[in-house]
Amino acid sequence: MDKFRMIFQFFQSNQESFMNGICGIMALASTQMYSAFDFNCPCLPHYNLAYGLGILLVPPFILFLLGFVLNNNVSMLAEEWRRPQGQRGKDPAVLRYMFCSMAQRAMIAPAVWVSVTLLDGKCITCAFCTSVPVETLGNTSHPHFSEGEIERVLARIPCKEIYNGQQLIANEVAVRYLRCISQALGWCFVLLVTMLAFLVRSLRPCFSQAAFLKSRYWSHYIDIERKLFDETCAEHARSFAKVCIQQFFEGMSTDLVAARCHLPRKAPADAGEAAEKLLGITDRGTMNMALKSWHRCKPPLHLHAPALPTGNGWAGEGQPRTHPSAPQRERAAYYSWV
Amino acid sequence: MDRFRMIFQYFQSNSESVMNGICGLLALASVKMYTSFDFSCPCLPQYNMAYGLGIMFVPPIILFLCGLILNRQSLVMLEEWRRPQGRRKKDLAVIRYMCSSIMQRAMVAPVVWIIVTLLDGKCLICAFSGSMDPGKFVGFANVSTVQVQQLLAKVPCKDDELMRNNTSRKAVSRYLRCWSQALGWSILLILIIAAFLARWLRPCFNQATLLQARHWSNYIDIEQKIFEETCCEHSRLFAHKCILHFFESMRQEIKLHSFSLPREGEGAEGEEDLLRGITDQDQVNKLLKTWYYEKPPLDVS
Repeated sequence: MDKFRMIFQFFQSNQESFMNGICGIMALASTQMYSAFDFNCPCLPHYNLAYGLGILLVPPFILFLLGFVLNNNVSMLAEEWRRPQGQRGKDPAVLRYMFCSMAQRAMIAPAVWVSVTLLDGKCITCAFCTSVPVETLGNTSHPHFSEGEIERVLARIPCKEIYNGQQLIANEVAVRYLRCISQALGWCFVLLVTMLAFLVRSLRPCFSQAAFLKSRYWSHYIDIERKLFDETCAEHARSFAKVCIQQFFEGMSTDLVAARCHLPRKAPADAGEAAEKLLGITDRGTMNMALKSWHRCKPPLHLHAPALPTGNGWAGEGQPRTHPSAPQRERAAYYSWV
Repeated sequence: MDRFRMIFQYFQSNSESVMNGICGLLALASVKMYTSFDFSCPCLPQYNMAYGLGIMFVPPIILFLCGLILNRQSLVMLEEWRRPQGRRKKDLAVIRYMCSSIMQRAMVAPVVWIIVTLLDGKCLICAFSGSMDPGKFVGFANVSTVQVQQLLAKVPCKDDELMRNNTSRKAVSRYLRCWSQALGWSILLILIIAAFLARWLRPCFNQATLLQARHWSNYIDIEQKIFEETCCEHSRLFAHKCILHFFESMRQEIKLHSFSLPREGEGAEGEEDLLRGITDQDQVNKLLKTWYYEKPPLDVS
């Protein structure tokens, strides 16, 4: 039991730090993804806006969903939400707490992507280069360009090598203007998100601390209970398998003894544990038959009372029990009722 | 019991060092953020001042808020401040002590940002190049007012075609950078002297009250951590009992339905206990189904 305790203390104490670690890794991955991504503005009038805003908004959505996928507690939340009420009532406050804490962690990587994108400036420059105020920044008195032409020229601002509107508006001036706006938006976004996080964190103790403690306790409880149940089932499966296999070997040995009509050899008293562990199988032919039987005809998933391996009769155990609910079809052909 | 003692000592010694570590990490992060940020002055008359001062003051606010958010003690302090009095009186001196220590730690990263910004100089050059007196600089002295504003606004942009080899631009830039660095070093000096004085003169005033406040603020912090630990222990034991009850009730149900005589097996007693009476594929399936459809009530009395 103390092995359980150690494992569960590890999980409990490290659950939050584990989730925070994944959160931090995803934020770093998001900055790495952005720097590795080769941003390539199309420099065409209507495509720029779609491309720029797409790069700004689609990857955060993907990162948000990924944050949920990588979170182990999502399946726990879904299970708790969908289970039938049964004998245990459901507390919506606990479900809300679990969902909020998961959503908060999942929002960090998208927020990092959006901030890095805005502070870098390429996306906004690409998306809004056609909306640059040419009247104030450039000179509109140029007679050579029509409306459509102006738009096409402005759309080439992000692509310096093909830009041909230097007389209309200098490329550096436009880029500096757009980048300034983008960085201002970026810092405002970061400030807003930080302030929101600060308010959420600091207003909670002022309003609903008792309810919060309750929800936190029961959400941890549900998590621990699920893990403990899985561990108990695994332990049960192990014992089940051990007894099943033991009974298989006993059954084999009994059968073989009955088939060969040998008088059962009593193991000498001083042979010790090793002889017991041989489970009555002491030669190559028998072992091969046991292995073949294990492969061709596995025993039923049904444990019966333990039988003694010697053929001298039962030690007063009585008949093996019959369970009316046991599926008959899984009985092995070789099993003999002595 | 000695496990508890080890945990106590760990929390006691490490609470302050954890907070100092976070403080240091934020300061380093602030320097890294400044160096990786691509400062790009707009070089336009009305925008320069807003951009320059914005870059100088908005990130420090963000860093300050981050310092408050990441510090666990701020939550503890808020809870202590807002809790109902109940049977334990509230000591305002403790709350003040906690508040001041949190604020001091949270102010380190913003101050580092401002000082790095000033020592680098780009922000001030961008913000105040438009406010220079053009008469002092040869290249701008005989230009019309509107034009001079435009030219001064372009000073921070070295690569602009008008400003590329302009010696007056370099003069304005040097002048502003000199002021910026002087300001930066002065602020740093004042802060270090203030910190030095505060640390040395503190024992002269109210040392006993300070020791009491520090002790009780540590106490509140540790008490909260231990409460959380105890709740975790308790929920683990509660879950364990609940699951055992569940298996027991399944075993009873199976006994009722299967008419089998109680076994008195002698072999493999340990394994029998672990099997808890569930010895059949159907029984296991029923147990798992019941676990999902009808979780046991939260009552282990």
